[in-house]
Amino acid sequence: MKPTAPAMQPASKKKGVQGSITEPKWFQVLLIALAVGYLVFLLLLPLAAVFVNALQKGIQAYFHSFADPFTLFSIRLTLLIAVIAVPLNLTFGVAAAWAIAKFEFWGKNILTTLIDLPFAVSPVVAGLVYVLVFGKQGWLGPWLEDHNIKMIFAVPGIVLATLFVTFPMVARELIPLMQEQGNQEEEAALTLGASGWQTFWHVTLPNIKWGILYGVILTNARAMGEFGAVSVVSGHIRGQTTTLPLQVEILYNDYDYVQAFSAASLLCFLALLTLVIKSLVESYMKKTRREAATVQTP
Amino acid sequence: MNSAVLTESPPAQNQRPEKRRRKTASVIPGFGLTLGYTVLYLSLIVLIPLSAAFFKASLLTWAQFRDIFTDPEVLLAFKLTFLSSMEAALVNTFFGLLVAWVLVRYRFPGRRLLDSMVDLPFALPTAVAGIALTEIYASTGWVGSFLDRFGIEVAYTPLGVIVALIFIGLPFVVRTLQPVIEDLDLEAEEAAASLGASRWQTFSKVIFPTLIPSLFTGASLAFARVLGEYGSVIFISGNLPMKTEIVPLIIVNKLEQYDYPGATAIACVMLLLSFSLLLFINLLQKWVGSKAPVR
Repeated sequence: MKPTAPAMQPASKKKGVQGSITEPKWFQVLLIALAVGYLVFLLLLPLAAVFVNALQKGIQAYFHSFADPFTLFSIRLTLLIAVIAVPLNLTFGVAAAWAIAKFEFWGKNILTTLIDLPFAVSPVVAGLVYVLVFGKQGWLGPWLEDHNIKMIFAVPGIVLATLFVTFPMVARELIPLMQEQGNQEEEAALTLGASGWQTFWHVTLPNIKWGILYGVILTNARAMGEFGAVSVVSGHIRGQTTTLPLQVEILYNDYDYVQAFSAASLLCFLALLTLVIKSLVESYMKKTRREAATVQTP
Repeated sequence: MNSAVLTESPPAQNQRPEKRRRKTASVIPGFGLTLGYTVLYLSLIVLIPLSAAFFKASLLTWAQFRDIFTDPEVLLAFKLTFLSSMEAALVNTFFGLLVAWVLVRYRFPGRRLLDSMVDLPFALPTAVAGIALTEIYASTGWVGSFLDRFGIEVAYTPLGVIVALIFIGLPFVVRTLQPVIEDLDLEAEEAAASLGASRWQTFSKVIFPTLIPSLFTGASLAFARVLGEYGSVIFISGNLPMKTEIVPLIIVNKLEQYDYPGATAIACVMLLLSFSLLLFINLLQKWVGSKAPVR
């Protein structure tokens, strides 16, 4: 660091020194007010708008929205998609993190970058690529048609699109976590005669369980809320391929505002719940990391 | 990574360094299984479908390509998408720095709550964000009716697109900057202050330069994310032809008209753009990694 400040005052101004590693109080208050105002305006206003619009005709109209069979169907379908997609990507994430964090091999950096690819792809393009593979004019289209299998404009396509957009999430959480933890504990267990599976279940898994939970809730939130990719492959067939976000779109475009925002409010609850669990896990992980650090350096 | 771990592990290995070098295979099992599964699953879900897009695009003739990319509707969509994403990324950079600074440096009631709220755009489904923003900024909405008095229209104009993208891009700059600000070397600030620098001089000449790489990274992450955004934009933009159509919407429109070649060609351009951005961001992060103190 070079002393760049020009025309310095003599050191006699000692009182000012203490004050000048923080901003003046009035300036701090101004910055806090600006930041808080910005966040409230940008984040809380939309949330409030959802609930106000959902309740604009009263609480009864709100609950009545969920009696709609298509809305009920879309809730069930959304849950089904998450139940299929989350475990699949969880299994992948654990396997990928194991291979990448525990071993050295050629092309590891390329593999890590490729795993991150889906985050860089527009959701609409993610849906489109599956249409190009499984759609009527796609690679497998004719074969699928011969065997009477429907992928696009059907649930399997929605599952695939969801898998694509949530693909990197678990792996991304686990790779740095497992790299940080290193291999010593596993090596110790194996030397003491544990089998590979025993080592994984009793040594690795307890160490990464919070990372797994973190990855799973993020994957789940995106899986239940994905719109663009799912909208391309779904075909919007009411009662067959409409997930909850698509149902929100359909209701909104039908000017059925109370129902649309009521359905949207469920997704808001999901988002808020996700944020709560996320920050709980984060503070827990911070705490355990600090404890681990103090144990290692007494 | 592995070698670093091995040097720390039991002394038995330290006795025979030459053997350790040969034995790069670790005692840990499951390499073949997990790597094989990873590569297989990655190929099935991501790589093969993505290559389908490039394969289909390669079947197009040069004339078809030219027709698709000289269509004024497509060109205008690219222009709108690019400009709005840039503007949204700029706004996010400025306010992201402000929010990250305030959340890290100052203590005030509700700080932790706000901190976790920053991730809301990640967690909130884009369609919900889209209809909520439309309600707020429509000429009858809370903010829209106020702006309407000054003749400013947001919903169903290009301005609406920017508003939606600002919402979506908010977390990126904040989350990139926060750890960097937390790790700032306070001693450098104290040194600058004791040498007589004013607080503004310390900020602009000592603090800000160390934040620049992360500002760039955060801004690029936000830009890359909002470039392909669809759900939150299509409601507030109103999708007026030649006025508020974004590129992902053009792809969807072409698909709905069964114009697969057109949709594929545009999708491939988007893919190439996102891949180059990803590469750029990776390089940026290496730059940040070498500049910032490593944790």
